[in-house]
Amino acid sequence: MANTILRKRRLIPGQTSELVIDAPHVAAKARPGNFVILRVCPTGERIPLTIADADADAGTITLVYLVLGKTTAHLDTLEEGEAILDLCGPLGQPTHIRPHDGLVLCVGGGTGIAAMHHIAKGHHQAGNRVTGIIGARTRGLLLFEAELAAVCDTVLVATDDGSHGRKGLVTHLLEECLGDGSPVAEIVAVGPVPMMAAVSEVAGRFGVPCLVSLNSIMLDGIGMCGACRVSVGGETRFACVDGPEFDGGLVDFKELAQRLTAFRPMEQQSYAEFQQHHVCRCAN
Amino acid sequence: MPEQPPKERVSNFREVALGYAPDMALAEAARCLRCKKPACVAGCPVGIDIPGFIAALADGDPRRAYAVIRQTNSLPAVCGRVCPQETQCEQACVLGKKHEPVAIGRLERYVADAFLADDACEELTGAPACPAGLEDVRVACIGAGPASLTVAGTLAARGIGVDVYEALHEPGGVLVYGIPEFRLPKAVVGREVAAMRGLGVRFFTNWVGGRTVTVPELLAKGYRAVFIGVGAGLPTFLNIPGENLIGVFSANEYLTRVNLGRAYAFPDWDTPVYPGKRVVVFGAGNVALDAARTAARLGAQRVAIVYRRTENEMPARREEIHHAKEEGIELFCLHAPLSFTGDANGRLVSVLLQKMRLGEPDDSGRCRPLACEGEYCELATDMAVVAVGTRANPLLPRTTPGLATNRWGYIGVDEETGETNIPNVFAGGDIVTGAATVISAMGAGRRAAATIAGRLLA
Ligand SMILES: Cc1cc2nc3c(=O)[nH]c(=O)nc-3n(C[C@H](O)[C@H](O)[C@H](O)COP(=O)(O)OP(=O)(O)OC[C@H]3O[C@@H](n4cnc5c(N)ncnc54)[C@H](O)[C@@H]3O)c2cc1C
Ligand code: FES
Repeated sequence: MANTILRKRRLIPGQTSELVIDAPHVAAKARPGNFVILRVCPTGERIPLTIADADADAGTITLVYLVLGKTTAHLDTLEEGEAILDLCGPLGQPTHIRPHDGLVLCVGGGTGIAAMHHIAKGHHQAGNRVTGIIGARTRGLLLFEAELAAVCDTVLVATDDGSHGRKGLVTHLLEECLGDGSPVAEIVAVGPVPMMAAVSEVAGRFGVPCLVSLNSIMLDGIGMCGACRVSVGGETRFACVDGPEFDGGLVDFKELAQRLTAFRPMEQQSYAEFQQHHVCRCAN
Repeated sequence: MPEQPPKERVSNFREVALGYAPDMALAEAARCLRCKKPACVAGCPVGIDIPGFIAALADGDPRRAYAVIRQTNSLPAVCGRVCPQETQCEQACVLGKKHEPVAIGRLERYVADAFLADDACEELTGAPACPAGLEDVRVACIGAGPASLTVAGTLAARGIGVDVYEALHEPGGVLVYGIPEFRLPKAVVGREVAAMRGLGVRFFTNWVGGRTVTVPELLAKGYRAVFIGVGAGLPTFLNIPGENLIGVFSANEYLTRVNLGRAYAFPDWDTPVYPGKRVVVFGAGNVALDAARTAARLGAQRVAIVYRRTENEMPARREEIHHAKEEGIELFCLHAPLSFTGDANGRLVSVLLQKMRLGEPDDSGRCRPLACEGEYCELATDMAVVAVGTRANPLLPRTTPGLATNRWGYIGVDEETGETNIPNVFAGGDIVTGAATVISAMGAGRRAAATIAGRLLA
């Protein structure tokens, strides 16, 4: 059946999982940088998730999510063999991938590492040399290191507590890479807003182009509502159709971070109720 | 027509206008003069035989009344509720010169609501029998708004298989995501969709034309024709400072949350909606009124519609303006927005308005609004809804090589046939005309369906 979960891997128990989903019509078109919008139950909300991998031959896409609120918590209750009610995609502009002489630095933080993986893979398949730079608070929260190793020439790791790789932030590793003299063609960053802002700042200092993939609030995902609007170079752009990737040096990250809080009290209420009752109110 | 009292209805989302009781409908139908040369028919964009259906109703034959309407109107229960009758059929009614015109829209609604069809075929066409489905003759529609639904229903009733690809998770287009429940219950649209399913129409939701599947791919798959009915949809903003503050929404976002997402039932339904207390809405069409009245129902203490002209120029249906005023919506006419101000957290706190006055009529015949230099006022507000129009969604044209559009991005079609410059690719509704009306989208759907059926059944 369409949208059936074929494999589920709990990457970080209770927090982050990976789903391989049977969705041939999405997989056939999914490019690095694309996302889907999904709904879990008939009374559910539409949420966007980046496509972490796609296999057109097998007809599957891979999604990785962090349990952040009601919808992702509900999604996390689904097991192999169960289906996702609504799955729409692929959406957004694919990453513009072209052959480069210099290195491509792919920076990922948190769940963004999974989303970044698809982009790193695209660059790798285009023949580019890719260095993955990934970070998390601590070793147990680090995702996709092995998957990245398969598509990156080098993978560098940073953890806040030093439990794995370098102690510190991904931006430290990034600065070292940029400082060591080897030519860097571009930087791609996917992760929490402060991380993408910091990476863009470093990239700007070194004069290297930097793409960021923005996770703004979305509703329809096809350009009809403007919920996802972001300021880029002083202009309003719709992340779902003009993006989700933009030139990091031009993005107003402060506005993005603020806009992400627009519905916070309601999101918390929904999540708290879900945790209490552990059922979707629609009772399936 | 009976209505929910204003005080009561501002705290619920149930339909405002309750519809005629049978005796009222008969009394109203009896008022029709059955003119020999009916002006009302000329005023109807799809030329419904208005005296014909009213006479049938008055003569006690609701089945015939229904069949007469269905001959030219594929969505009578919808149009009876949302058509701008006062600028169409009812404006032309001769009774209107001295008295009230016949309430044609209300009678249309009554006929459509009250009639219980025997089967899906009669429901969709008013005719007792539809031809059996043809093997292997299928047509694809992209988008599931009134234009596509009309194509689907019309073709299915003639035995042609139709697959409808819709980007959202529910079919209906604006009828489901835009127009609120209190004006058009979703059950009305649901009944149409159910009848279409009954005739074999297949709905593929969550399919984005141009992304999940493209027009050339649909043709290559063997569809004999493709109809593009993706609506206008891209919201226009005001282009003034502060527009991305939290609390500033496009009407599309606000209404989609509430209607498609049923946010009025939060937290039973998950989609949240912003809890605006002092709400300002920009615009003066049906969309603006729908947003304002929705905000009132969601507990706003004050809702003001800010419009740069006066009430007389408002393009919304008269009935909606009347209802909105009854519900306590303020009309803040002759004002135009200049900028939004926010607090340290990026949340909207006020809007600065420019006072306006009316100048000479412009090309459209409406008086041009002019700024009163130096006259401003500031309104405290925590939520603003922008309802100043939409643009063409570029997704389909961009992903359909060679598809001709005009300079605003709307798809060009042959007016007679509904066909685009690509053979067997048709388009209709808002993506051709720009934001218009349900009845014009429906009419475009019927024209395209007639061409398609003519070719496939020849
Ligand atoms: C709030 C509001 C109130 C209105 N009130 C009235 C009224 O009172 N009276 C009246 O006559 N008119 C009214 N209108 C206008 C009327 O609704 C529209 O003119 C009419 O719905 C247009 O029909 P359509 O079929 O062209 O497109 P739409 O109804 O816009 O439907 C288009 C459908 O296509 C889908 N779609 C878009 N892109 C894609 C894609 N790439 N692939 C697949 N699907 C896609 C959309 O999700 C949507 O479901 C109102 C409009 C709004 C927004
Ligand atoms: S999510 Fe609605 S326009 Fe982008």
